[in-house]
Amino acid sequence: MDESDRGACNSIDCFWLLKTKKVGFKSYCFKKSLWVFHFGGASCNNCDIEILDCLTPRHDLERFGILLVGSIRHADVLLVNGSINKRDKERLLEIYKQAPKPILVVAIGACGCTGGIFAEGITFAGPVDKIIPVDAYIPGCPPKPEAIIAGIVKLVQKA
Amino acid sequence: MAVDIFYFLVFPGLLFAGITGGFLSWFDRKITARVQFRKGPPILQPFYDFFKLLLVKETILPKNGSPLIFLLAPVFSVFGATMAAVFILLPLFNITTGFRGDLLVIFYLLTIPSFSYIIGSLASGNPLAAVGGSREMKLILSYELTFLLVIAGVILKCGQQFDLDSIIKTQQAASPFIGSVSGVLLFIVAIFCIQAKLALVPFDMPEAEAEITEGIFIEYSGAPYALIKLTKYIMLFVLPSLLAAILLGGFRLEGINILWSILKVLGIVLLLTLIRNTNPRIKIKQAVRFFLIWMNLIAVLAIVLIAFGY
Repeated sequence: MDESDRGACNSIDCFWLLKTKKVGFKSYCFKKSLWVFHFGGASCNNCDIEILDCLTPRHDLERFGILLVGSIRHADVLLVNGSINKRDKERLLEIYKQAPKPILVVAIGACGCTGGIFAEGITFAGPVDKIIPVDAYIPGCPPKPEAIIAGIVKLVQKA
Repeated sequence: MAVDIFYFLVFPGLLFAGITGGFLSWFDRKITARVQFRKGPPILQPFYDFFKLLLVKETILPKNGSPLIFLLAPVFSVFGATMAAVFILLPLFNITTGFRGDLLVIFYLLTIPSFSYIIGSLASGNPLAAVGGSREMKLILSYELTFLLVIAGVILKCGQQFDLDSIIKTQQAASPFIGSVSGVLLFIVAIFCIQAKLALVPFDMPEAEAEITEGIFIEYSGAPYALIKLTKYIMLFVLPSLLAAILLGGFRLEGINILWSILKVLGIVLLLTLIRNTNPRIKIKQAVRFFLIWMNLIAVLAIVLIAFGY
């Protein structure tokens, strides 16, 4: 068995462990109803459209109780996409402070995770995890809706 | 005394109306999903939402507003909805108490949730909440007169009896009021009034999530928002039950009639959901015009028809 195979085995083991791990009533309810607030930084709109694709009939995230909400006060998950420039940084910090805890943060797309092609830019203020703590990264430029759903599933198992 | 508290807290009050309303809320979301060719949430989804908000999330108080009134408003809204549920459901389930379900008391109790939303939104100190609150006020001004006309029509139709108990008995002795021309007109008007009372889509300007981001509820988080959700579940059960009581002949609780009683409520909720899913949100001016001119006209026409015996 080479290295990559063992990695796959381990992740499957972890998956089953998480599946069978006993969870309390509170965290079960939390996992079953994640409400999402979408923060778009200086995005090129590709990730925004892929996020909206997750809510369309084909991928329907409401199956898992995931709803897109309009106010940060109702949110359980803060989706951040786009490169965060110096102006967005203040807004992102403020939005994060306004969110009721516990809040999970997901960085979507290459720009959100690492900075992507804007990483060397003069107005770039750092990838999301330099500004606020991030719980899940979904890379891709843009990530497919399937990748976003896979990321959400991993986030739910972690929560 | 103990039995009154039982009526208020367990059956047919808080617990029963809340659980039934939760399932109706799931039904509403599932039908919405099926209309949009989606799969829809699992059956316990409203309860997950409620307990998540109640137990897990943090409650944030407004800095510029009045925290006490902000926190009391959802409590008042749950209280109003539960009292309305008790007074509507006791005659429906044929439980006789001293109080026989006066329609005017029910009418005033049903407005308490909307007023609490307005007070809570204005106490939060958020400009978008203030916009939502003013829209809710205008909406109340437009639909309340129409709703009162519907109730007046029903009272006239059953020979000027004000209590829900005898209205239901009159219909069960003869035939439901919807079986006549005036009954159909009153039913149409009442459906739109309920749609506005529940703030469902053609009339959801107070909480328009695309333009003013949930409007009146924008600052609520955690347990107060859970109470608002509970109020919405209860109202989604209570208002269709009221409509079933005043126009569709109420519930009968023996044999196959239990199924018909459930189907009456489900059918009304289905109608509300379909209206919600096939219409865009209208402007507040259009809503006022719709109720003050067209719906009032139909309601007055129905009352004139009742006076001539149709």
